[in-house]
Amino acid sequence: MSKAERKENIISTALKLFAEKGFYVTTIPDIAAKVGMSVGNFYNYFSSKDILAKELILYISEYLGKHIREINEGEGSAKDKIRAIVTFYFTMATERPEMIEYFLRIYLSNREVFGESCEGMVCVSPFITEMMIFFDDGVAGGELRDQDFFSAFGLFMGYLGGMVFLFGEKILPEPLSHYEASIAENIYRALKTV
Amino acid sequence: MHSRLYKPTLIWLQGVTCNGNTHSFLNLPYLPQLLERFEVLYHPLLPCTQSLAEIARCKRGCNVLVFEGAFDPEMERAGTTLKQLVGHYAGEAGHIIAAGSCASFGGIFKASAPERNSGLAFSGEHPDGPLRGRVGKVINLSGCPVHPEWLGYALMSIADGRPVAVDDLGRPTALYRHMAHDGCLRNEYFEWKVDVEQFGRKEGCLFYEHGCRGPLTHASCNRTLWNGVSSKMRVGTPCFGCTEPDFPRRNLFETKTNMSIPEEVPVGVSKRAYLTMTGIAKSFKIKRLEERLIDDD
Ligand code: SF4
Ligand code: SF4
Repeated sequence: MSKAERKENIISTALKLFAEKGFYVTTIPDIAAKVGMSVGNFYNYFSSKDILAKELILYISEYLGKHIREINEGEGSAKDKIRAIVTFYFTMATERPEMIEYFLRIYLSNREVFGESCEGMVCVSPFITEMMIFFDDGVAGGELRDQDFFSAFGLFMGYLGGMVFLFGEKILPEPLSHYEASIAENIYRALKTV
Repeated sequence: MHSRLYKPTLIWLQGVTCNGNTHSFLNLPYLPQLLERFEVLYHPLLPCTQSLAEIARCKRGCNVLVFEGAFDPEMERAGTTLKQLVGHYAGEAGHIIAAGSCASFGGIFKASAPERNSGLAFSGEHPDGPLRGRVGKVINLSGCPVHPEWLGYALMSIADGRPVAVDDLGRPTALYRHMAHDGCLRNEYFEWKVDVEQFGRKEGCLFYEHGCRGPLTHASCNRTLWNGVSSKMRVGTPCFGCTEPDFPRRNLFETKTNMSIPEEVPVGVSKRAYLTMTGIAKSFKIKRLEERLIDDD
């Protein structure tokens, strides 16, 4: 296994453990044991739990950014792209729930861990940038209404985050995919020009 | 190099103009020395050897033609149309200078009467002017008005026999390769995304909310200051992009945004890269840059 693969392995193992046991309870020896390496060797990859925590959020936002970029660069109207983003997000929440869980439960609620060197948009910028491009294109193309970025961003992501949260709490009667079309429609109606 | 004795003949003609470029030229500190290098056959304000009526007869030619104002083929000077005048003198001249944005691209007069007015070689960014066949030959000194030092640079180069390299829009690269943003004292505010609170303040950048075109405008206003002392941004007004072919634009004091995201980003930077950088830069609060330079109120 190459160094990059091993790193990737640590990242996905850590994400799963944090999602199962919680951020503070999970220790570096736990993670090292699960990936099958010594604690000493683990430190060659990530020198502390805080650094690992930041790398994880960067990893997730790069993953989100990469996929939304593909959607941005593809053909289709803003309406089609909203649908594609919703589908992608819900697929990710279903297949790799630990990634969204980490974002919602650990990154957003443990700001003290991410304060230094992860201020503001530093660690989530790959993802936010793509959302900005999506909104900018939509307004420039005349399809979306010009409004404050954060009002639009909060509406879009807050809605998706809320649904994923309900899903995670097993409150939703149907699988996430069941809601894709109606949620995309709601978001589009809220954002489109009149 | 020409010998010091060689004096190119110069004619300065005006199209549809407010005289702004002529007035700007009068502010050139070394104007007397510059004029000694030419035989000025005609200029509307400066001492010259011929009258407008004589020039309008189109009997002889000149080495250097400077044209100020937009070109309107029907407009007359002393009974001769601009079409004839420009046709005659431009045909003869070894060097043609379009002084100011109107002569370069049509400027404000083209904006009000696009069917009649254009620049000499260009109309906006399209080579549709009467001298379209001489694109690259016509030196476009765009600016509203042209900076006197830029005119001084072009004329001195001609007098010295030095070639003047120009860009695709006919503007001398030595003067227009960089952006008006270059040399602006507000660059640190630009980098860290701190915008001015109000016009006239020394603190903050004017890009995000106040319409500054500095990073999108080819001009050297902050390298070669106006009157040797200042520039728009130095006094707290946005650059209006007056050297670009799309000048004048509307809403000069506003930055066009889509959901708070600037529609246009600095020349040479992709929007994606720009948004990534600005998003990160905005995350930092730098106390020094939030404070007034002088606490006088
Ligand atoms: S005020 Fe204009 S020219 Fe100056 S730094 Fe800001 S954007 Fe650039
Ligand atoms: S600062 Fe901008 S608007 Fe002012 S003269 Fe220079 S290029 Fe023109």
